Amino acid sequence: MTSLTSEELRYLRANLAREPNDLELRVIEAEWSEHCSYKSTKKLIKELPRKGKHILIGPGSDAAAIDIGDGYALSVHIESHNHPSSVEPYGGAATGVGGVVRDILSMGTRPIALLNALRFGNLVAGSTEYSTTKWLFKNVVKGIADYGNCIGVPTVGGEVEFDASIEDYCLVDVASIGYGRINHLIRNHASSGDYIILAGGATGSDGIGGAAFASKGMLSQNRSAVQVPDPFEEKLLIEAIMEAVEHNYVKALKDLGGGGLSCCLSELSDALGKGFDIELSKIHSKEKGLDPASLMVSESQERMLFITDLEKLRGLRNIFQKYGIRFSLIGRVKDHRDLLLRYRGKIVGKMPANLVCNAPLVLRSSARARHVDEIQKIVFSPKVPTSLTNILLSMVSIPSIANKSWIFEQYDHEVGTRTVLKPGSSDAAVLRLTDNKFVSIKLDGNSKHCYLDPYFGTLGCLSESSRNVVCTGAEPVGIIDHLQFGNPENPHTFWSFEESVRAIIDYCKFMDIPVVGGKVSLYNETVMGPIKPTPVIGCIGILQDSNWISRIGLTPSSTIYTIGVTYDEMGGSEYYENYHKVVAGFVPRLSLNIDKLNRETILSLVRNKLVSCVHDCSKGGLAITLCEMAMEGKIGFDVNLDLMPNACTRIDNLLFSESQSRFVFATDSPKRVENLLKSIPGLRYAMIGKSYSESAPGRKIIFNKSGSSVIECTIEELEENYNLLPKEMS
Amino acid sequence: MPKVAILVFPGTNCERDVQTVLSRIYKFQTELFWYTRSGLGNYDAIIIPGGFTYGDRLRAGAIAAQSPIMKEIKTLARENVPILGICNGFQILVEAGLLPGALTTNSSLKFVCKWTTVKVINNNTPFTEFYKSGDTFNIPIAHGEGRFIANAKTFDKLKSEDRVVLVYSGENPNGSVDGVAGICNEQRNVVGIMPHPERGSESILTPTGFNNSSGLFSSLKAYCEREH
Repeated sequence: MTSLTSEELRYLRANLAREPNDLELRVIEAEWSEHCSYKSTKKLIKELPRKGKHILIGPGSDAAAIDIGDGYALSVHIESHNHPSSVEPYGGAATGVGGVVRDILSMGTRPIALLNALRFGNLVAGSTEYSTTKWLFKNVVKGIADYGNCIGVPTVGGEVEFDASIEDYCLVDVASIGYGRINHLIRNHASSGDYIILAGGATGSDGIGGAAFASKGMLSQNRSAVQVPDPFEEKLLIEAIMEAVEHNYVKALKDLGGGGLSCCLSELSDALGKGFDIELSKIHSKEKGLDPASLMVSESQERMLFITDLEKLRGLRNIFQKYGIRFSLIGRVKDHRDLLLRYRGKIVGKMPANLVCNAPLVLRSSARARHVDEIQKIVFSPKVPTSLTNILLSMVSIPSIANKSWIFEQYDHEVGTRTVLKPGSSDAAVLRLTDNKFVSIKLDGNSKHCYLDPYFGTLGCLSESSRNVVCTGAEPVGIIDHLQFGNPENPHTFWSFEESVRAIIDYCKFMDIPVVGGKVSLYNETVMGPIKPTPVIGCIGILQDSNWISRIGLTPSSTIYTIGVTYDEMGGSEYYENYHKVVAGFVPRLSLNIDKLNRETILSLVRNKLVSCVHDCSKGGLAITLCEMAMEGKIGFDVNLDLMPNACTRIDNLLFSESQSRFVFATDSPKRVENLLKSIPGLRYAMIGKSYSESAPGRKIIFNKSGSSVIECTIEELEENYNLLPKEMS
Repeated sequence: MPKVAILVFPGTNCERDVQTVLSRIYKFQTELFWYTRSGLGNYDAIIIPGGFTYGDRLRAGAIAAQSPIMKEIKTLARENVPILGICNGFQILVEAGLLPGALTTNSSLKFVCKWTTVKVINNNTPFTEFYKSGDTFNIPIAHGEGRFIANAKTFDKLKSEDRVVLVYSGENPNGSVDGVAGICNEQRNVVGIMPHPERGSESILTPTGFNNSSGLFSSLKAYCEREH
């Protein structure tokens, strides 16, 4: 039984002017899956602002390339491996890393960093009973660690969120950055007669139907559709490709991912405007007797497709032999435009490449999700808790907020000797490219906000990732997005997708930051229904001076400031969900003007070396932001909440609201800061207190309101709760 | 300018890091030396850098240790050429029998990447002469199989011959016996350490509140210039 719809079948027959054979049908099924074809979303995605003066190669290739000056480029890409990781977390997550690294390699750039964004069901602390969430969490982290560590690419940053809508499921997003000379970027080209070479891992029956599997709900848990990772093979490919690129032995290069050879061959053939004549029996395989269709749709890992001419072929062959990489000459480039498939000389399939890789688009209907209005209408006014200190102490232990060292210490985050800002010590990772050029990158998502309001929730993610990058001293140059939603055939789900895309368009156009790469993952469903809408946004920034690099750790005897206004915006907040057990109300809204003003103010403070530490205000609100700074710097503080710019009606809202566009920073030059901030029209800011000196009572944290302390505890007490996650997982 | 060969096996992944630091900061002449080449005798020192040679299959370092080039390394070891194994390089030296004991899975059963404090025990090696015995400094580790173990006889011999070079000070991150982080051979020219000096040699890469491990390569520089 085919997974094609009857319209798709009709379209295929009409274009071929005949019945497709079984092999052709399998190829089409793989390539026309939602996963490979973007048939539901292509039209919307095209609206994203993708042009920018630094963009050398925009989205649509395996990865995008950004000109960072002096003849060098960064490449960047994001992928997810949600469906496979939910079934087989170790292999699924590991092969996700492998896939995104090969996208970076396809550009001819060396992968220099990995990041991830992970989402799981709720982690019940202290539960000794069997927990799927723990099993998924442990093995996903181990899969990412083992793969990244082995290939020698540092995993420098990430984020993790726990949410009930992801129960028994997981979202595993991995991003990678590459770095290389602009004149070594592979700009795919080919001439008739060139050789098509498949190199790397052998093709087997693992991962058959992976793309199709990722385009269904989770009702079928097909473990054999999950691929098997071999990071050692990938490491050999990395070094071989770098050497081949150095010698200019490659004319075109593409990785094999979802859909296997079907997608790789058809997309490359279509992009080159050339036909391919392929002999499938030449493919080096793991097992004898694989039929041609299996060879075409297998998603066996660590494979790359090379195109080169006779002259370069010898050099390329020597490199493969040096590294012990298996390869097969599987065909030749032709002047026609067909994907011509042979098996032992006999033609087994023949279809125009542009038919194969351009699935008929599907118009999905969309309808505003009813829950949004209903949930927003709920009037909820809980009592202000009697002990805000206890609330704060329990808030720092929430898995989405708590210490993540259990995760990032399993990742080699320092290999490559580039990692200046390491996980845990900063808002975003900062990597050294040269002595006077650094890249900053952060991924952010917020399923809870996006569920209550996909438009403002997504705007919030964009703002948060940009804020994080700015906090390190970098200026944003590009955005990557990964849009993860449920079944697009559900009009409410599709509406939330549209809202999310609308937010990205609005934000990126206004801020003039191009979208340099992205990915869509649909059909993320659990037995309870669709996951909460989960766009994950990555922001990439550049900085040119190591003195600009700023950290979050609070410095002693400094003056503490906030920028931005705190509102009663408690919808989707960690405080409401974890303490009041309610997901309702209005999520934080965002004024693009103010967001830009606040961000530019911070960047100018940082670049004028006026801050001693700076942190963006996000999950858990102002209280958590200050506590994270205190724990990292091992220095306490005393702040007066009366001074905060705010429109809050309650003290708990003031402490824990997740209003956007806010920052906290400390300075040792308050007069100069005051003069600079005073001169900026429309800026809302305040000096709210001081950090303690290194001597006693250096390790106390105190929040005052109306002349008395409302929260008072020590850093040790905070740390005890903050470190519950590492304890829980050990 | 002293010449250092940095040995590269399939799966080695810290070779360029070591090369950059040695050439840019310590002004060594360096060469990445692919494991099938010959002519390893023309260098003042040899470094076997970290990584996952052969994907850590069988045991970390076990397959690389069987490479023909290790015969050459053994000869050079006898000829008193300074040889440093870092992380996987240490594992290879142990698997090749150039250093005693074994490196096995961390007691946490997990890979661990973090900055540690180590104490110098033996400063009479080409890689530690810059330090005084008892000095402590910070240096990062990144390994899954770094727990040093040895039977009582071997370990007693190591200690009585003063061949423990570095130990972890404070937290023992992997469960090594007596917190061993590095050891040497009887001649003291072959040293294996789990921590990564190439990652700990630059202030920009050193986290707030830590000092660095630049003394290890400074030692080698001084040693090579003197012995040259």
